[in-house]
Amino acid sequence: MDQSSRKIRVLVAKPGLDGHDRGAKVIARALRDAGMEVIYTGLRQTPEMIATAALQEDVDAVGVSILSGAHNTLCPRIISLLREQGMNDCLVIVGGIVPEDDIPKLKEQGVSAIFLPGTSTQDIVKFIRVNVKPRE
Amino acid sequence: MQELKEGTSEQLAVDRWEERTLNPALARRPERKQRFQTVSLAEVNRLYSPADLTQLDFAEEISFPGEFPYTRGIHPTGYRGKLWTMRQFAGFGTPEETNARFKYLLKEGQTGLSVAYDLPALMGYDADSPLSEGEVGKCGVAVSSLADMEALFDGIPMENVTVSQTINAPASVFLAMYLVVAEKQGADWKKISGTLQNDILKEYIAQKEWIYPIRPAMKLVIDTFEFCTNNVPRYNPISISGYHIREAGATAVQELAFTLRDGIEYVQWGIDAGLDLEAFVPRLSFFFNAHNDFFEEIAKYRAARRIWARVMRDRFDASNERTKQLRFHTQTAGVSLTVQQPLNNIVRVAIQALAGVLGGTQSLHTDAYDEALALPTDQAALIALRTQQIIAEETGVANTVDPLGGSYFVEALTKKMEDGALDYFDRIDRMGGMVEAVEKGFPQRELQESAYQYQKALERGDQTIVGVNKYEMENEPQEVPILVIDESVRKHQLDRLEQTRARRDKGAVNRSLDNLRRAAQRADNTMPATIESVRAYATLGEICSALRDVYGIYEEPAI
Repeated sequence: MDQSSRKIRVLVAKPGLDGHDRGAKVIARALRDAGMEVIYTGLRQTPEMIATAALQEDVDAVGVSILSGAHNTLCPRIISLLREQGMNDCLVIVGGIVPEDDIPKLKEQGVSAIFLPGTSTQDIVKFIRVNVKPRE
Repeated sequence: MQELKEGTSEQLAVDRWEERTLNPALARRPERKQRFQTVSLAEVNRLYSPADLTQLDFAEEISFPGEFPYTRGIHPTGYRGKLWTMRQFAGFGTPEETNARFKYLLKEGQTGLSVAYDLPALMGYDADSPLSEGEVGKCGVAVSSLADMEALFDGIPMENVTVSQTINAPASVFLAMYLVVAEKQGADWKKISGTLQNDILKEYIAQKEWIYPIRPAMKLVIDTFEFCTNNVPRYNPISISGYHIREAGATAVQELAFTLRDGIEYVQWGIDAGLDLEAFVPRLSFFFNAHNDFFEEIAKYRAARRIWARVMRDRFDASNERTKQLRFHTQTAGVSLTVQQPLNNIVRVAIQALAGVLGGTQSLHTDAYDEALALPTDQAALIALRTQQIIAEETGVANTVDPLGGSYFVEALTKKMEDGALDYFDRIDRMGGMVEAVEKGFPQRELQESAYQYQKALERGDQTIVGVNKYEMENEPQEVPILVIDESVRKHQLDRLEQTRARRDKGAVNRSLDNLRRAAQRADNTMPATIESVRAYATLGEICSALRDVYGIYEEPAI
């Protein structure tokens, strides 16, 4: 468990052309209510914009919300950009509509968790708290 | 309200019942919960009785079907004359694939078509835009130019089949493409009917697929009103949509209020542009959600008709009956579908659809059970259509008009819906109108708040979703096949786009786009130049880009 006084910082990101942001906004607020610092990117961010924001905001986790089916194209790119900037410890979690068959592939590519519709926000809060790497 | 009721014979009768019958029963066995509430978290009373309707004047509020204020429906014979149109929303992959799905659905008894376009199309980008990568043909059918549209409607007689198009920010371009394809089929524009969603206000409020800033986007909508009134008189140039507002988190009252207030805004803008109210308003159509709470939904549709009729009469001085009649499409609530135990969705959809029918919808889309997972397979789409056919032809609910009219509960709830909506109208009017309210972020904030409150209610267990927060199963018993759209769609679309660009007359394309820019700058009606551009095979991306040159782009304020 993270014992430092630094609040966990999370970037909630909405890549791709899709405008369905109900989930992203509910999650952002739930994480904030759980005491985390949350930065929401707004809609239609490219993987490059998301990685840059993650670095600038020095976040511990990036939560990617995708409902359009573009996850196989967008997630690997976000992860490789994060790694290129040395953010190896930054968690990447995905929420949205992701077919079962795509889940193992995404995990192999470095997504820590995929939360499907119906997930409790408390489960996501817990997952982030448990899995964020403590800062030195 | 409570005070007025006191002392009436109806209220005395309720008091007597409570004392003699209810209280002893409650003493023996308390109710299951302290508070009973709808899916919108609105409280529902234990019992509704004549005491709840003492303020309700039958002639004024309920009346007869086909008569003002149309609470009981716009047709005197309800569904006895004509059933609702079974219009399944479909679109995926290439235009050829969607064309095949359309033909399949028509063959199975569907009575209208409804096109779902992919995200690049919804945002006004061509399939070869870098922004379209990963999205081509995924959430709908990919269309970048007239060539795609020709393939989409190949062999479908556009003069005889009504087609609804779900497209908003670039709607005028899709209207133009539709009309040019129809013309090439030899169809008469005067005979074409169908619907363009074209509701840009709800994009800024909820769905968020915008291109231009709000005011020029509103101007484009009014251009289509004017063009259709003069040239395509049987076509509905807009479907003013609460569906997406609800999906984004609104309560039933918010859906009703914001949708109808959007409608008022379009009417006002049309009048301000010099259009004739009695000529264009009858062609404005509406689109509502059918969510889980059965009676709340039915009350919502009935209230919608009553409010609209009164708004048209009292606010706009409409005199023709058609101008005061609200016609609407219904779609079952995508947001209510669960990934868990997906076959349960078939049951949800059936009940939601029944609410739409009992509310008097003109057309209906029933969601496929696999839509929380992916776009529907042929089999899932078929069950969705069969659900409507079962409701229409087996249950008997279409045998009589407005079967729930007069129900103490439904009438009281209809009134409550109406009051809630009128309250929002006042607040929005005080802000200067819906455009101003959206610019201030008001409806957006209201939705976000409701979405969050609903999520909290779910997590507290105040709201139940079977298979999700109750009756969950460790091992999901149901495996359903999934429709997969692969990247070969993109390749197919890029090839056609390349051929189209190579084959067309480049001079004609450039001239038409210049004319479009000029029309936009002069605030002329943009439809003629849009049609000219489409005819020259200018692409969707090129046309939207020409308009962006003049109008700029929308930047969402932080909300």
